[in-house]
Amino acid sequence: MSDAASQQRSALERTESRASRGFMRRSLIQLTLVRFREFLRQPEAVFWTFVFPILLAVGLGVAFRTRAPERPRVAVVNSGAAGAAIVESLRADSALIVEELSDSAGSRALRTAKIALLVSPDANGGVRYTFDPVRGESSSARLLVDRAIQAGAGRRDPVTVAESTVTERGSRYIDFVIPGLLGMNLMGSGIWGLGFAIVDSRSKKLLKRFMATPMSRVEYLLSFLLSRLFFLILEVITLLGFGSLVFGVPTRGSLLQLGLICLLSALAFGGIGLLTAARAKTVEGVSGIMNFIMLPMWIFSGVFFSSSNFPSVFQPVIQALPLTAVNDALRANMLEGSSMAALGGELTIITAWLVISFVAALKLFRWR
Amino acid sequence: MVTSSSALVVRGLRKSYGDVKAVDGLDLEVAAGECFGLLGPNGAGKTTTIEICEGLLPRDAGDVEVLGMTWERDETRLRERLGIQLQDTQLSEKLTVEETLLLFQSFYDRGRAIEDVIEVVQLGEKTKARVGSLSGGQKQRLAIACALVGDPELLFLDEPTTGLDPQSRRQLWSLIETFRATGRTIVLTTHYMEEAERLCDRVAIVDHGHVIAQGSPAELIESIAATHPPPPPKASSATLEDVFVALTGRTLRDE
Repeated sequence: MSDAASQQRSALERTESRASRGFMRRSLIQLTLVRFREFLRQPEAVFWTFVFPILLAVGLGVAFRTRAPERPRVAVVNSGAAGAAIVESLRADSALIVEELSDSAGSRALRTAKIALLVSPDANGGVRYTFDPVRGESSSARLLVDRAIQAGAGRRDPVTVAESTVTERGSRYIDFVIPGLLGMNLMGSGIWGLGFAIVDSRSKKLLKRFMATPMSRVEYLLSFLLSRLFFLILEVITLLGFGSLVFGVPTRGSLLQLGLICLLSALAFGGIGLLTAARAKTVEGVSGIMNFIMLPMWIFSGVFFSSSNFPSVFQPVIQALPLTAVNDALRANMLEGSSMAALGGELTIITAWLVISFVAALKLFRWR
Repeated sequence: MVTSSSALVVRGLRKSYGDVKAVDGLDLEVAAGECFGLLGPNGAGKTTTIEICEGLLPRDAGDVEVLGMTWERDETRLRERLGIQLQDTQLSEKLTVEETLLLFQSFYDRGRAIEDVIEVVQLGEKTKARVGSLSGGQKQRLAIACALVGDPELLFLDEPTTGLDPQSRRQLWSLIETFRATGRTIVLTTHYMEEAERLCDRVAIVDHGHVIAQGSPAELIESIAATHPPPPPKASSATLEDVFVALTGRTLRDE
C-alpha cells in the first residue's frame, strides 16, 4: 500500500484545523517575529533594501539633473572688416558661442563636430552658412546665427513678443526614475525576501524540522507575507519621502491608491518569490532562478529608461511583465495623478501574476 | 498483536529509493516507558526507519502505529505528543537560544516553560546568545531542548551524540536518563555500542534494512557468548573513555 496520498490529505486537514483557531495566534506572532529578527540582524539585507535605492536615486538625480540647453558653438571665417562686423553681431546674441577661424581650420572644426556651423562672408556683402542639416544643433545654430546677423544688419521684427518661462515638476529624469526604483525595490524585496529565506530553511533541513512539529503551514507562509507588508510600508515611505523632500518628486494621485498599488505589487512579487522557492533545494540554485527572472525586468520594464524604447515586436511581452505594469501604474499615479479606475489594464496584469504565481507555488511547494 | 502498552509498533516496513532497498521488511515493538536503541552501521536504514516512524517520510509498505495512533488518521494529535531531533537540522544562527525555544514552543497547544527546558539542557548562561555562537555540543543540546518544549510522551533521537566530545556525550546521556526517569519513551539511533549499553533497555541491531537481532543488551551479549567466547577478562572493566573522563573531568569544555 502507499500512504503518501493519505499523509498529504491529513496534512491539509491539520493545516485547516489550526488556521481556523483564530487569526493572530501565538505561533503566527512568533513566526513573524523570527522574520523581523532574521532580517534586521542581517546588515547587508537592510543595506540593499533601504540604503541602496536611495544611493541610486541620489546618483541618478545628480547625474541627470536638468540643465539649460547647451549653446551652439559657431565659427566665422576671418576675412577682414566684413568678418569682424559679423562676429560683432553674433557676439551680441547670448545664445551663441562664437570664434574666428581660418577657412581651412573652420572646415576641419566643422568636420570634427567641434563647431555646429561655419559662417563665410562673401565679396559682395552676403554670407554663406556651411552646416550639416542632420545634426540638430546645426539646424538650430543656423536659425540663431541668421537671426543675429539680420538683426545686426538692421532688420526689425514686426511682431512684439513677450516670454514667460515655467519649470514643470514631473517631467525631469528624477521624476521618471523614482517610481521606477520603487517598482524595482518592490520586486527585489518580494522575490528575495520570500525565495531566499525559504530555500535557506529548506537546505538547512529547518523546514523539515518544522514539519516534525504541529506548526501550521499556512501560518508559516503567512508570517513571510506579514513581515513583507510591514517592511513594504517602511520601504515605500523611505523612498518616496526621500524623493519628495530632496528632489521634490510629485505625488499627484491619491496616496491611499498609491499604497494599494504598492500592496498589490508586493503581494504579486511575493507570489513569484514563493514560486521560485517552491522546489529549489540550494540557495545557489534559487539565486540563479531569481536572477534569471529579475534581470530581464530590470532591463525591459522601464526602471531607468522607458520601455517604449524597445521595438514594437517585443512590446506585447514587455507589457505583460509584472514590473512593467507596476512601473506604469506607479508613474501614472504619481506623475499624472491617474486614479486606479484608469489603470485597469496594469492592475489586471498585476493581479493575474499574483493569482497565478500563488496557485502554482502552493501546488508545487515542497515542504522537505 | 498490538498491546495498549506499546509506544511504537512497526510491522513489515519497506522503503526503497530507486533500486536501493533502504528498509526491507522491518519489525519493531517498543514498550511505553522504555529506552529503545536502533543500532547499526551507517547506511543500515536506521534514519529511514526512524523518519518513517516520525511521519516525515512516506513508506512503500507495512504498518506503523505510534502511541496507538496512525499517521494517516491522527497526524494532528500525534505531532502534539512527539518530540523529534533530526540528524542534520541547522537552527537559525541569527536567533538566540531563548528566541528559538519560544518559536518551537509556540507550535504546541501545551508546552513546557522554556526556562525549565533551558535548565534541563544546561544552557542557562547561553539564554541570550545567538545560535551561531554556540559550540557543537551546545547546538546539540539546543536541538534536544527544541524536542522537549512540547512536553512529549515519546522522544525520537537520531544519532544525538555523533561528533560530540566525551564530556558533552555524557551530559546528553544524563539528560536522556532524566527524561526516561519520568516514565516516558525514547527511541534513539546510535552507532556507539557503549552508549546503547548504558542507556537502552532494549536494542535492535539493524543491517541491510531489517532487524538481525533484538533484545536487552545483556541478553544479546549472553546469546553471542555461546558461539563467540568473550576475550579473557581485563584487570578492570573501565574503558579508555573512562580514563579520559577521569583525567579531564566531567565539566563541559564548551561553555
